[in-house]
Amino acid sequence: MTCKELVELVTDYLEGRLPDSQVEEFDEHLTLCEGCVTYIDQIRATIDLVGSVSEDNLPPGAADALLAEFRDWKLARG
Amino acid sequence: MATALPSDESALLMALKEGDEAAFMSLVADCGPGMLRLARAHVSSDAVAEEVVQEAWVGILRGIDRFEGRSALKTWMFRIVANTAKTRGVRESRSVPFSAGDEDAPAVEPDRFRGPEDRYTGGWRSFPEPFPEQRLADAETRDVALTAIAALPGRQREVITVRDIEGFSAEETCNALGLTETNQRVLLHRARSRVRSALEHHFDAAGGR
Repeated sequence: MTCKELVELVTDYLEGRLPDSQVEEFDEHLTLCEGCVTYIDQIRATIDLVGSVSEDNLPPGAADALLAEFRDWKLARG
Repeated sequence: MATALPSDESALLMALKEGDEAAFMSLVADCGPGMLRLARAHVSSDAVAEEVVQEAWVGILRGIDRFEGRSALKTWMFRIVANTAKTRGVRESRSVPFSAGDEDAPAVEPDRFRGPEDRYTGGWRSFPEPFPEQRLADAETRDVALTAIAALPGRQREVITVRDIEGFSAEETCNALGLTETNQRVLLHRARSRVRSALEHHFDAAGGR
């Protein structure tokens, strides 16, 4: 397995979707190749970073508009 | 994810069906931002994404009495958002040019690897540099990632949003977005690769080599 091939398999690997025989090759490559170890670390850091995104506020007025929607819905269903 | 209500979905569902306003507002606070992010993957502006989410909520409320809870509530809700956004996105694309970008690009530019004339074909020409740990939590770094996500083709943006930002499982993501497992994984792979690449360029440019 070359580095070029490995980088295309990283997601399958992390998802546990790589066939066992390929996992062996993948792991063996990592023991020999610092570049690919770094690459996977970068991917993991990317995932963690993306996961920490939280602009977790609704636009102003959105919550009120939705509450009004909810009340209309309650009235309509009786 | 602050809520005074039980996090158990079936209790929440029952409360909603009974017209419990606090339950509804808790759900809005919890899911609203994620729904907006998902909508934004398919439409041309934040304003349109807000309209899509409002529309989706109407659909959710209409369907809630019939919703039996066989799939997870949030998966079902996000599915409605995805479908609403896609329909709107299609309608929009008639007037708004949509650039898909290079959807099928390899994870890493081919010239980063040694060519066939080289003894170590397919090996890194030069190893990637580890990301500087102390800068990973910087607001600037986060902006680079967000910009990269915003630039992704719609379906890639959708998947990375639902998987890596919203934290849905692979199965939940497939259910919410109407994708096969393989399809979902391919899109996730491409999305993550692009964001990683953007971060790498950012650190290389800023840090100097």
